Amino acid sequence: MSEPTSTQQTPRRGVSARDVIQRVIAPESTTWNTVLIVALAFFTALVLSAIFIVGSDPNVIQAPDLPTGLNVAWLDISGAYGGLLSGALGNPSTFLSKVGSGNAKTVASAFYPLSETLVAAAPLVFTGLSVALGFRAGLFNIGGEGQVIAGGLAAGFVGFSLHGLTGFVELPLALLAGFVAGAFWGFVPGLLKSRTGAHEVITTIMLNYVAIYLTYYFLSTKVFQRPGRSDPISKIVDSAASLPSLEGVNLRVHAGVILAVLVAIAVYFLLWRTTLGFEFRAVGANPDASRAAGIGVGRVVVLAMSLAGGLAGLAGANIILGVNYSVSPGFSSSLGFDGITVALLGRGNPAGVVAAALLFGGLRAGAVQMQAATSTPVDLVQVIEALVIMFVAAPTLVREIYHIRAQRGVGAPAVSTGWGS
Amino acid sequence: MVEPGEVHVLLGENGAGKSTLMNILYGLYHPDEGEILVNGKPVKFDSPSDAIAMGIGMVHQHFMLIPVFTVAENVTLGLELTRPLGFLDRRRARKEVDQLGREFGLPVDPDALVETLSVGAQQRVEIVKALYRRAGVLILDEPTAVLTPQETDELLGVMGSLKRAGRSLVFITHKLKEAMQVADRITVLRGGRVVGSTLPGESTEAELAAMMVGRAIRLGVDRPPSKPGAVVLDVEGLTVRNAHGQVAVDDLSFQVRAGEIVTVAGVQGNGQTELIRAIMGLDQVSSGRITAAGRDVTTSSPRETLASGVGHVPEDRVRDGLVGDLSVAENLVLDMYYMPPFARGPMLQPDEIQRSALQRIKEYDIRTPSPQTSVGTLSGGNQQRVIVAREFSRPVSLMIAAQPTRGLDVGSIEYIHERIVQLRDQGDAVLIVSSDLDEVFALGDRIAVMFQGRMEGPFESDAYTREQVGLMMAGSSLEAAPAKGGGDSA
Repeated sequence: MSEPTSTQQTPRRGVSARDVIQRVIAPESTTWNTVLIVALAFFTALVLSAIFIVGSDPNVIQAPDLPTGLNVAWLDISGAYGGLLSGALGNPSTFLSKVGSGNAKTVASAFYPLSETLVAAAPLVFTGLSVALGFRAGLFNIGGEGQVIAGGLAAGFVGFSLHGLTGFVELPLALLAGFVAGAFWGFVPGLLKSRTGAHEVITTIMLNYVAIYLTYYFLSTKVFQRPGRSDPISKIVDSAASLPSLEGVNLRVHAGVILAVLVAIAVYFLLWRTTLGFEFRAVGANPDASRAAGIGVGRVVVLAMSLAGGLAGLAGANIILGVNYSVSPGFSSSLGFDGITVALLGRGNPAGVVAAALLFGGLRAGAVQMQAATSTPVDLVQVIEALVIMFVAAPTLVREIYHIRAQRGVGAPAVSTGWGS
Repeated sequence: MVEPGEVHVLLGENGAGKSTLMNILYGLYHPDEGEILVNGKPVKFDSPSDAIAMGIGMVHQHFMLIPVFTVAENVTLGLELTRPLGFLDRRRARKEVDQLGREFGLPVDPDALVETLSVGAQQRVEIVKALYRRAGVLILDEPTAVLTPQETDELLGVMGSLKRAGRSLVFITHKLKEAMQVADRITVLRGGRVVGSTLPGESTEAELAAMMVGRAIRLGVDRPPSKPGAVVLDVEGLTVRNAHGQVAVDDLSFQVRAGEIVTVAGVQGNGQTELIRAIMGLDQVSSGRITAAGRDVTTSSPRETLASGVGHVPEDRVRDGLVGDLSVAENLVLDMYYMPPFARGPMLQPDEIQRSALQRIKEYDIRTPSPQTSVGTLSGGNQQRVIVAREFSRPVSLMIAAQPTRGLDVGSIEYIHERIVQLRDQGDAVLIVSSDLDEVFALGDRIAVMFQGRMEGPFESDAYTREQVGLMMAGSSLEAAPAKGGGDSA
């Protein structure tokens, strides 16, 4: 015997990615406790970001006296966060009068910020679900970016190739193409992992690059490139293949939002109501016990990666068919990576993912308004997002700051204790 | 209270508070109330170093050694002997460690790397480490749980010589025999309270067991003689290689019949694990044939083997038996979730899973707040009951259980043993792998011993004494351990 064997537990050999994942999604606390922590994390992030806002305004430092400086600082902060809020949800002071005006366009303009929030949130729901599904199966899908691109390229291709059919045929086909292409981009790392043990973090990252540079290649081919253009941009998606939006008003919100909610519900059912979902969760939490209980672990890995890829592919399809209507480089705008953030904040739970995507969607929609209204750069939102995640990842810190009593066994430092007794 | 030069045994089931109490003594936990007296003076320990300074040493259940360091380095760790300029004085360290070992009859090689030592030798290093820190009171937390019967005897001998040298020992265990063997005084804990204190001559094992559990306990299992039927498990010339390509199971052949229990004794790491994994389809078979429940399962997948009527209680319940983060209810159907009534097509039937869980929890007396509780939060005994409930309630004709009661308390052991005998009496074939001799003899209708991938037996349970089987576990061949004359019972 070469290592000290214990009678009651397998010796722990360091912390694996799987342990980290399980800590994120472990059923560690009640829903309300989680919501409270996230809310406080968000609040703390806003407070800290306020320091950046003030610091980035030279007028504060150059103010002649302290009261003036404080006043300028307050104006900066309230302006920025006010802009953020009205950009995300709407301006409360003009909202009612606009809605009451009776004019369709004016009414619609009251809902413009909300529409923007939903448009930004929809693809985040898909990529968030993609990463969350991977988490549940014990897989770290870093390849969302590549899968989004693959999905967008395929959906775009089907979208601009089809003509003259009804939306009931073209749109589902285009969406399906996006799903299948994304699924293939997930299937490959899944297969490599189950057959050779290649870690999915490495392979998915590499496939991201493949997808990014394939985009440039495809967009330079006759099949993809829009006639008469020399820059890399594709032909325009047929209107029958686009995700429908509201007629006659200047709102970008489209049917992809509804699709995102439906898919979130479907993922919930898959995970908790089907035998396949049971296998995902079992393998994700303990592949050894799953194998001993007769579950085909390799098959589950391949299926979970494929489904995760397909979900991210739908995010790409959603962007191309609902917002951009053509493919151009960079359309994925790091949605795949943001999916990781959303899944972490949503605790790997479909409902949580939808909520987190709405939060981030709102921040992004609001950021544009914030920059327009004040001189605060859009990038501040990225800082806020990062801080929120940091605080959510360190719930003990948040509990310390606000003196929240931890639940039994929650938030304690990750000291490994035995299972026995 | 511990007198100088005495062995004080703390006896109690898992969760009785033995380890918690000792961790308080060692300064790892802090008492909410009450005080600790050392040599008549109240002391307060904020950390283990305070405890060490007061002469309290602890040998943990899970060794606190650095595998890639030598014995001498491990022993002197934290108190390194240095020469001027801070260079380590290795020679003196080696000498002192060697001397200390000789003095107390604890042979250790100061230059050996800890990772190359057997478990028993590592434990000796732990003891030397505590002595090196001038421990007057030595706390041993379940030290025999990881040892072979021979190593256990050696350890009990060492405890004797330490006692004679005037050191006090606190020996934590839930094994009655060991307690009776070495104790000068026995204190029994239950539910965090002292329920009794006695001298070994004054109580019988049965009385101690009753004190520990709080009710009368039957030691050993009542079982009528077996009525072996047809061969259910037939292993022929089985060879299995481990992950490093070494032969772990070496050309093994044996049979298990319906209505009998065959127990396989052996120190861990002699191929029992690989044998079971090969039968279950979890490891590849290099050569040979396995027939289980009338089917050739040599190359079957785990699911095929399970479905052909084989139940499996894995050796490592945390790793292979349960998915800790899933609920009790889900773990109770871990290998049945896909079949009716728990699933209809691709859809799970949560109501059925819940209904069956409530029934199993009641039937197998699983102590859990609810079926939705994560199984990982249950105690070891209850976790094992979940596995037993799952496997024993499936229709099987062959039950394979590896270390079915390891680390469990007396009450759970009694319960699981009764269930296993019940299974046999229903006409199932049962194969048990255990490194606990008590269990091997309590359950086995026939007994086999595995050593370095090979098997002696199985032979009738009364063919050899416990001592002979113990020797075989340590590698003595049958010639060295001659069969008992007359075959009287062990």
